[in-house]
Amino acid sequence: MRDNVKARRVVTGAAAVALLLAGCGGQTIESGSASSGGGSGEDCGTVNIAVNPWVGYEADVAVVQYVAENELGCTVNTKDLTEEVSWQGFASGEIDVILEDWGHPDLEKQYVDEQKVAEKVGENGNVGQIGWFVPPWMAEKYPDITDYKNLNKYADLFKTSESGDKGQVLDGDPSYVTNDEALVKNLDLDYKVVYAGSEAALITAFRQAEEKKEPLLGYFYTPQWFLSEVPLVKVDLPTYEEGCDADPEKVDCDYPETPLTKYARTEFMNSGSAAAELVKNFSWTNDDQNEVAKYIAEDKMDYEDAAKKWVDANQDKVDAWLK
Amino acid sequence: MTVLTASRAALARPGRGRVIAAVLVVFVVLGAILRGVNTLSLVPSDTTALHRWFNDVNHWVSANRNDSPLFLYFFNEIRAFVDGLTTLFQNLISQPSFGRPVPVIGWLGVVAILTLLALAFATLRVALLVVAGFLFIGLQGLWEESMDTLALTLSAVLLALVIGVPLGIWAGLSDRVNAVVTPVLDFLQTMPTFVYLAPFTLLFLIGPASATLVTLVYALPPAVRYTAHGIRSVPRASVEASESLGATGFQRLVGVLLPMSARTIVLGLNQTIMAALSMATVAALIDAPGLGKTILKALQTLDVGVSFNAGLAIVVMAIVLDRLTTAAAARRSRRPSRFRLPLLGVAGLGAIFAVYLSRTYVWAAEFPSDYNIGDDIARHSGSFADWLTSNLSDVTGWLKDTATALLLDPLQTLLVESPWWLVAALLLALAYLLGNLRVTVVTAVCVAGLVFSGLWQDSMTTLAATLLATAATMLLGVAIGVWMARSRRADLVIRPVLDALQVMPPFVYLVPFLALFAASRFTAVLAAVLYAAPVAIKIVADGITAVPATAVEAATASGSSSWQTIWKVQLPMARQSLVLAANQGICYVLAMIVVGGLVGAGALGYDVVAGFSQGELFGKGLTAGFAIVILGIMLNRITQAAADRRRSI
Repeated sequence: MRDNVKARRVVTGAAAVALLLAGCGGQTIESGSASSGGGSGEDCGTVNIAVNPWVGYEADVAVVQYVAENELGCTVNTKDLTEEVSWQGFASGEIDVILEDWGHPDLEKQYVDEQKVAEKVGENGNVGQIGWFVPPWMAEKYPDITDYKNLNKYADLFKTSESGDKGQVLDGDPSYVTNDEALVKNLDLDYKVVYAGSEAALITAFRQAEEKKEPLLGYFYTPQWFLSEVPLVKVDLPTYEEGCDADPEKVDCDYPETPLTKYARTEFMNSGSAAAELVKNFSWTNDDQNEVAKYIAEDKMDYEDAAKKWVDANQDKVDAWLK
Repeated sequence: MTVLTASRAALARPGRGRVIAAVLVVFVVLGAILRGVNTLSLVPSDTTALHRWFNDVNHWVSANRNDSPLFLYFFNEIRAFVDGLTTLFQNLISQPSFGRPVPVIGWLGVVAILTLLALAFATLRVALLVVAGFLFIGLQGLWEESMDTLALTLSAVLLALVIGVPLGIWAGLSDRVNAVVTPVLDFLQTMPTFVYLAPFTLLFLIGPASATLVTLVYALPPAVRYTAHGIRSVPRASVEASESLGATGFQRLVGVLLPMSARTIVLGLNQTIMAALSMATVAALIDAPGLGKTILKALQTLDVGVSFNAGLAIVVMAIVLDRLTTAAAARRSRRPSRFRLPLLGVAGLGAIFAVYLSRTYVWAAEFPSDYNIGDDIARHSGSFADWLTSNLSDVTGWLKDTATALLLDPLQTLLVESPWWLVAALLLALAYLLGNLRVTVVTAVCVAGLVFSGLWQDSMTTLAATLLATAATMLLGVAIGVWMARSRRADLVIRPVLDALQVMPPFVYLVPFLALFAASRFTAVLAAVLYAAPVAIKIVADGITAVPATAVEAATASGSSSWQTIWKVQLPMARQSLVLAANQGICYVLAMIVVGGLVGAGALGYDVVAGFSQGELFGKGLTAGFAIVILGIMLNRITQAAADRRRSI
């Protein structure tokens, strides 16, 4: 009985507080709910875009997503995945689009040729270049270092605790194929390849090297947002010629320029969705991508703002994708 | 570590010690003569037939996934169920759901429910900690991300308990089951997650299910182990008493075994939660929602501040949940007070009301963003890291070079540059001299496995780093552990730091570490020590604290100095803890090998990372994962046997 009274008192108290709060107002959920998506109202359907873990790729996605949502009224799902796993998504139907592929012959064979679930939908306009780079201060102080023939002369500079009595070539991101062991051997370089193991490790190393004016020779690639912070200088290896990298053991030439490619799920491309058309037409330059990547990486803008800023300034390019 | 143990054993039995020393000398001399012969080296981009076979299996699964009944009726069913479970939790607390722009329960409701749980199962103090902790996370501007992480953790932990507790009971009751289950659990805990991320998305597709299951693999072992341990430690007398009263097996389980081991099982829950949380970042690589994503994104642009802010949220959540479960485990022994029930009733009504509010008003549903301290935390921690790296990198660079030249290089040269059969012979000899014949057989199998893997040289490079890291971990463990055990104040200050170090995802301090020590093997060793030392320190501290006070008093009374007391009384009496610390130290060091691969350690860690990112290297990465497991088994069996042998003297 006593408990009962107490309980009743509590309930009344709580109700009073509730009334008080309700009286004070506060936006209720129903009235405060945002309408889902904007756009022209056209039914474009859903598109699933893989987001591979580097900023340049995120710039591609940011812009395509922005355009698809705002100009075509599509629903865009982005999924953060590594390359290998993204390709798996073609087979299971969970990924429709990869916007920037740096060349995966094995995956291409598996999913395009054998399983026939994906197809190439052209180049995205960016051109990838892998190579050996030094920080700008080195290129300035030792102008002839950018020719591989002079690298042995400077090998002593590049010694570290990891490379012992040889110079160090810092290899990094494990997601890229590297020919560096073969290059060192076939070009008779007095160097040892050391594996940094992540893009973060590579960038940190180059950033430190430029800040402290320390020597560093490493594997890097463009387009990459970091190049707008520290414009690394490329070392010229023997010029690439068709077929000089055919046998991985015998590579003795520079990395080829790689036109970066878009891949998509065949079923999605045949669906007639407006988003598929957009993906097919999407193409921009390295400078375009670097600009958006800089908004994201250095100016710390969120994807939508970064994309909007670029789209507003480049409406003509966007219109060309949509025609 | 083997060397350390060797010198300790030498004190106990001069004869054997001399033999071990002789073996080591012979090894060093022969190694120097035969340097570079039969080293079984393999270039990072090269693969063996075994590795390519694993690749083929991978391709086969991918090609046949959509028509094989195994997938359609087995993996897809599991996937649908787990997906549903995780999505349910997400709908409840983190994601817009059921046609509403907010989750079912808003932030106020979540905090209220957790506070109620704390009041019901723990103490008022813990309840206050819950409120403070979760408000802090909200103020960091990470409410939604944190709730995603919590949703994933909850569903993984729930599954871990549903599977783990019955399995643990079974393993606790049957020695045979235990003998089968233990190595499987060892395997699950040592196999690097990176290895099965890609296969899991192949089996269970991309989405919450894969993320939850990857987390489950890591969270399951503690649930099983602690339950089994709890059941086993129920005093025989109680079991016999219930038997003599004619209880059936089931009655005995429910009436005696489970209630008496409940405390240990709840502690297991605690460890299960911690394990699940520690997977948040890695699972983000396959699109697991939550704080891990924030950290990985920040890593791409080397934004130390933002990743620290998110890491801090994980630490706060882990500490709150840890204290909650620990207090719940400790509570049972106390008598509930008279006011408990009415108080809980009031709190319950309050919670219901808070949930109602959080469903009705925007301010209670979405954490108000007006007071954001997250940006400040990110800015300050970022500039602190910058300051640290720009001012200390000369000193740290010197430290790295010296330690590498004096310790790591000689050890690595011996293991890597000597013929493989010589190293194998050394390992077998040490296993026999320190342990017994059985361990020698296990070691032989392990050595054969490493040779067969085609990754012998990488394994030896990793072994060198592992030995060094474990030795450093033990040094720290003993030094700080003794200090904490002898000073209550030190314990109070250090323990939370250790907790934070254990839970802070290593991806957060990767960048400052790289800036300080460059991409090098030393950085990897240091990261491993930082991760493994907290566990070793805690175990040693608890072990020393458990040494009977009378023994210490007796030593002091007979005129021993502090040093003598530590050296002659406390450490020897806590030997069992030291062995446990070494074993756990090895496990934790091995768990960080993959992170080492991300910061320049190369070898097995790099193989695993590269295998995850490059299809052609998948098989090699998988094999490297096995090699890490093999190293772990070998080292643990040898140290365990060495300790057992000493005990029997």
